[in-house]
Amino acid sequence: MIWDPYYECMDPEERTKLQVRRLRETVARLNVNVPWYRDRFAEKGIEPGDIKSLDDLRHLPFTTKDDLRETYPLGLFAVPPEECVRIHASSGTTGKPIIAGYTRDDITNVWAETIARTIACGGGTSHDVLHNAYGYGLFTGGLGLHYGGELMGCLVIPASGGNTERQLMLMEDLGSTILCCTPSYALTIADVAENIGFDLSRIKLKSGLFGAEPWSDSARESIEERLGLSAHDIYGLTEVIGPGVAGECEAKAGLHVYDDHFIPEVIDPDSGEPLPPGEKGELVLTCITKRAFPIIRFRTRDITRLDYETCACGRTQPRMERITGRTDDMLIIRGVNVFPSQIEEVLLRIEEVEPHYQLVLTREGHLDNLEVQVEVSPAMFSDEVRKLEAIEDRIRERLSSALGIRVGVKLVEPRSIERSIGKAKRVIDKREEV
Amino acid sequence: MTAGEVLCKQVSVFLENKSGRLAEVCQTLGRAEINIRALCIADTSDFGILRLIVDQPDEAVAVLQAEGFSVGSTGVLALRIPDRPGGLGTVLGQLQEEDVNVEYMYAFFITIAGDAVVLFKVEDPMVDTTLALLERAGVKVLTAEEVYRL
Repeated sequence: MIWDPYYECMDPEERTKLQVRRLRETVARLNVNVPWYRDRFAEKGIEPGDIKSLDDLRHLPFTTKDDLRETYPLGLFAVPPEECVRIHASSGTTGKPIIAGYTRDDITNVWAETIARTIACGGGTSHDVLHNAYGYGLFTGGLGLHYGGELMGCLVIPASGGNTERQLMLMEDLGSTILCCTPSYALTIADVAENIGFDLSRIKLKSGLFGAEPWSDSARESIEERLGLSAHDIYGLTEVIGPGVAGECEAKAGLHVYDDHFIPEVIDPDSGEPLPPGEKGELVLTCITKRAFPIIRFRTRDITRLDYETCACGRTQPRMERITGRTDDMLIIRGVNVFPSQIEEVLLRIEEVEPHYQLVLTREGHLDNLEVQVEVSPAMFSDEVRKLEAIEDRIRERLSSALGIRVGVKLVEPRSIERSIGKAKRVIDKREEV
Repeated sequence: MTAGEVLCKQVSVFLENKSGRLAEVCQTLGRAEINIRALCIADTSDFGILRLIVDQPDEAVAVLQAEGFSVGSTGVLALRIPDRPGGLGTVLGQLQEEDVNVEYMYAFFITIAGDAVVLFKVEDPMVDTTLALLERAGVKVLTAEEVYRL
């Protein structure tokens, strides 16, 4: 089923006209309401009226994570906060998160709408029972899928993360047909079922919407085989809206980008120049329908390519290839975005800690584990175990609260972390591809 | 006796729990002709702290630091405890009565005239109180010089 054939199967030329109109309207609104954008447009000599074709998009300035840090918390909001009804947040590159705001219209007519399209891409209808194991809270996954599921008319089970045995019980007893979670959590559910002797044929899942972290074809095969469902990739990011930017249909030949709301571009990450269709580069997204927080040319740092051919499913919206990498050092740990710079900032604020540290990522079962190794400095050293353990605990607590995930801390001997010339090798990722 | 005379410099070293590190500490000391007289290791699943009494503590700190180890020096007391059942219990009981908290303790391998030699770490502000108390109780405390020559 196609949720909104009018837009999803629109004639590409018609859609381009729609995009240009919406883009011009958004730029005009930002020019009035957001001083930061007004200044950027002025620097580039852009008037909203100059936007006459989609090619003019390339003249607009980029917005980066650093820009969002500078304008924290609400500097890029295009409406007064009292017109918003919701806030979500994502990791920034340092201590402060990225704040995204939503008006009622953003939630209902943009976000829930694009999520409903995503669910329909994954084979969902109003008769489905949607088991939503994405985390509820500041993270966009939980509430994003929730509102889209309700709009579609699904029975939504807001299970959130954790307590896998209970999740299995609910899926069996409530007859869940669609599972929403990270791909690694889907594999964890299969593992737990195996360990407790839960026969997975007792649940009737037919499809799964998996996102928030990169995964491979072999993970897809494994999830499909073990959980007996059709696995669909979904894509989104808080800075743009959350999940619901793109979703994979039954053709599984890329993710349809809902480009009547979010215009995708692929650029050369070094020069910033747009690349021809089909070439691989950094994905850049522009919001053209959001009211509260419409971001212009956001540098996602995700690497992909776009295919503008009409899909076998009938949708004309371009498809992005599954994300194959990043242009920065962002790590995705248990679905949470983590920047090494966030960790460094926390460590350097702890007096005794010297800037010699290393991040070691491993996978236990299907779940990621982050261990932060910190060299023992003379200021920290004590001949008493409990004092050293207290320092470990303090580092662990500060990191866990700053990053929002559990972190292991290990004190190591001085000079045991390799000193490299130039850029230090801070991250040792021992995780195998999911 | 004053605290300055009796506090022996115990050398402590941070060790990650990985093979060969203890051997490297001992070999470093050996090459510098430093003799280990007593030791103990306090450990967790991640790391350990090696505590050493050696004949030349200042030199030991210097050579270990030069090898890149995290090294500290702590004052501890060396007590002569009668080598018989209840000998240590009596002394600990007397310390407890005066609220002197022993943070950790360990023993020498040798005895002096039938007495065991036990090392006590007490909280720094309690050293003088402890000394006075031990004197009243008739417990012999070795001077630092005596300890290094043992």
